Amino acid sequence: MIRIESPTMSKTMYEKIWDAHLVRESQGDTSIIYVDRHLVHEVTSPQAFEGLRMTNRRVRCPQKTFATMDHNVSTRTKDWDKVEATSRKQMETLTNNCREFDVTCYDFSHKDQGVVHVIAPEIGITQPGMVIVCGDSHTATHGAFGSLAFGIGTSEVEHVLATQTLQQDKAKTMLINIEEPLAKGVTPKDIILYIIGQIGTAGATGYVIEYSGSAIRDLTMEGRMTICNMSIEAGARAGMIAPDETTFTYLKGRDLCPKEAEWEKAVTYWKTLSTDKGAAFDKILNIKAEDIAPQVTWGTSPGQVTGVDNVVPNPEDFTDAVAKTGAKNALKYMDLQPGQPINQITINTVFIGSCTNGRIEDLRVAANIVKGKKVHTNVEAIIVPGSGRVRRQAEEEGLDKIFTEAGCQWRYAGCSMCLGMNDDQLKPGERCASTSNRNFEGRQGPGGRTHLVSPEMAAAAAIEGHIVDVREYFKNNATV
Amino acid sequence: MQPFNKHTGIVAPLDRVNIDTDAIIPKQFLRKIERTGFGVHLFHEWRYLDYEGTQENPDFILNKPEYRKSTILLTRDNFGCGSSREHAPWALADFGFHVIIAPSFADIFYNNCIKNGILLVPLTSEKIDALFTQTMNQPIQEITADLENQTITGPDGQSYTFEIDDFAKECLIKGLDQIGWALQFENKITAYEQDLKEKTPWLA
Repeated sequence: MIRIESPTMSKTMYEKIWDAHLVRESQGDTSIIYVDRHLVHEVTSPQAFEGLRMTNRRVRCPQKTFATMDHNVSTRTKDWDKVEATSRKQMETLTNNCREFDVTCYDFSHKDQGVVHVIAPEIGITQPGMVIVCGDSHTATHGAFGSLAFGIGTSEVEHVLATQTLQQDKAKTMLINIEEPLAKGVTPKDIILYIIGQIGTAGATGYVIEYSGSAIRDLTMEGRMTICNMSIEAGARAGMIAPDETTFTYLKGRDLCPKEAEWEKAVTYWKTLSTDKGAAFDKILNIKAEDIAPQVTWGTSPGQVTGVDNVVPNPEDFTDAVAKTGAKNALKYMDLQPGQPINQITINTVFIGSCTNGRIEDLRVAANIVKGKKVHTNVEAIIVPGSGRVRRQAEEEGLDKIFTEAGCQWRYAGCSMCLGMNDDQLKPGERCASTSNRNFEGRQGPGGRTHLVSPEMAAAAAIEGHIVDVREYFKNNATV
Repeated sequence: MQPFNKHTGIVAPLDRVNIDTDAIIPKQFLRKIERTGFGVHLFHEWRYLDYEGTQENPDFILNKPEYRKSTILLTRDNFGCGSSREHAPWALADFGFHVIIAPSFADIFYNNCIKNGILLVPLTSEKIDALFTQTMNQPIQEITADLENQTITGPDGQSYTFEIDDFAKECLIKGLDQIGWALQFENKITAYEQDLKEKTPWLA
């Protein structure tokens, strides 16, 4: 049963959404929850559709399933003939599967094609109170709207296609509360990197995180999405933020959002979703925004991160033997020395984009920094809008001109260098200031070295040719 | 899916923490549209000296003759973190791994392994340390995983019990078709959908 009445006992937002989606409660085995929206992309879906064919099953709710192509599209060209053959086959397979099973597909040539976690919110597919899944670990992004959103594997993609449900056990809950306003130059990306640095990459395994506090309430939807997006990098199943007026203003009028009387009814429901006063969490973490400096990863795991005003740590200073070995391996791969100041690390590539930081607001802040300047001669900077809509919006605002005049490359929408599954990759030894979400060995290209940073930090690094403290940069560049 | 009950095999110790799914199977191999043939690319960047994968790295454990037929992987915390790609368990299973033993596993990876008949065994770091001591530099050590009784028996004959969720255990032992299992409750799904139309029509 769907329960949208006032709760009789205090519940967290997660518990409310969980309860509202229970198709069958566990009888000592497992619960079945209903999936409101299923997002699909070209890499993790072909085997799922093939599984349906082999078992003669259909897609139960094609109208709740939305597909796009993002991981292996080229962001350099819209010329289909220039697409690499195996990527083309995978994309063609998605097109054919969507046609066969009657699923809407924002394909390669669609004007709104883009990174799945960028297009779903902007089209209005993502709404508060929903359960949203996708064969992609960054599905947590959609939790920014007060939905329960998480990544699944390909077998589960097939499962959702066939049943519109998932087998699932209830997660534990963690509240992360961040108070006080953020200082200039400190961004949502820095908040989430700081959190991962504090709790570790497995610190939230088994939990769903709710982010709250004045620092979160003050954020735009874009900023909230950046934070929820990287919840998986702390090991969490999902990250969520309660919907409020900022959420409703963002959603109103979006293509697939409810309209008129139904909109009013939906908003009334959405307002009931927030965690009740007195609801219990399994874990609570309080963070002061003033403790957060712009963050830079120095290692090969997102938890290997520090403030830009720090130095590369010494592995010998880690007391835990496993962490010590991990740090040693990371410094070797990253070719960094203990004690080296973070703000002197020289970079030769800058990537601004991805499901973490490829939205219009990210491009605006980056453009603001490079405006009227030139990218350092040793640096190649690529700017990849997250979707066709973001690209058009940026061009209407003249951001593309600002970027190209500064010497940045202005690209089409896609995942690009975040995972290097396409023609954007680091070469061995290249070092990148990247707004993406993972600094794993080889993630952006075999032998490539990644420093995860905010769009502001990436843009400033592009101009200076090395990591810089964007707070100092703002002080020294009065026009910015 | 093949039912899993008891398995004895050679254990390969891989002493690294936070092994992510990009390391298990790098992105250049994700363009296939089949579930098969990923084993040769398992741990590609550690296993081969060149990008094409023509030159084996002789120092990597799975390239050593005595570990080539390993079926049990012993490793460290947070194994399988990162990307949700099911290609990672496909690659591990295709190489021949049936069991992975570590202090902890990433959430999505755990579910993906159960769906592919791979048993994941969480043990405390102390027990993992003990197993590493027995297997590092002492090749062709065997471990037995007994799912029915939830025990792991190390090379020294000592047994450890491990925890597993009842439903996951049943899925593995029976080789259960989980979609088929869910569809026995189709009337409940239909009733839920009917309810949606009345109460939250914008979701229906």
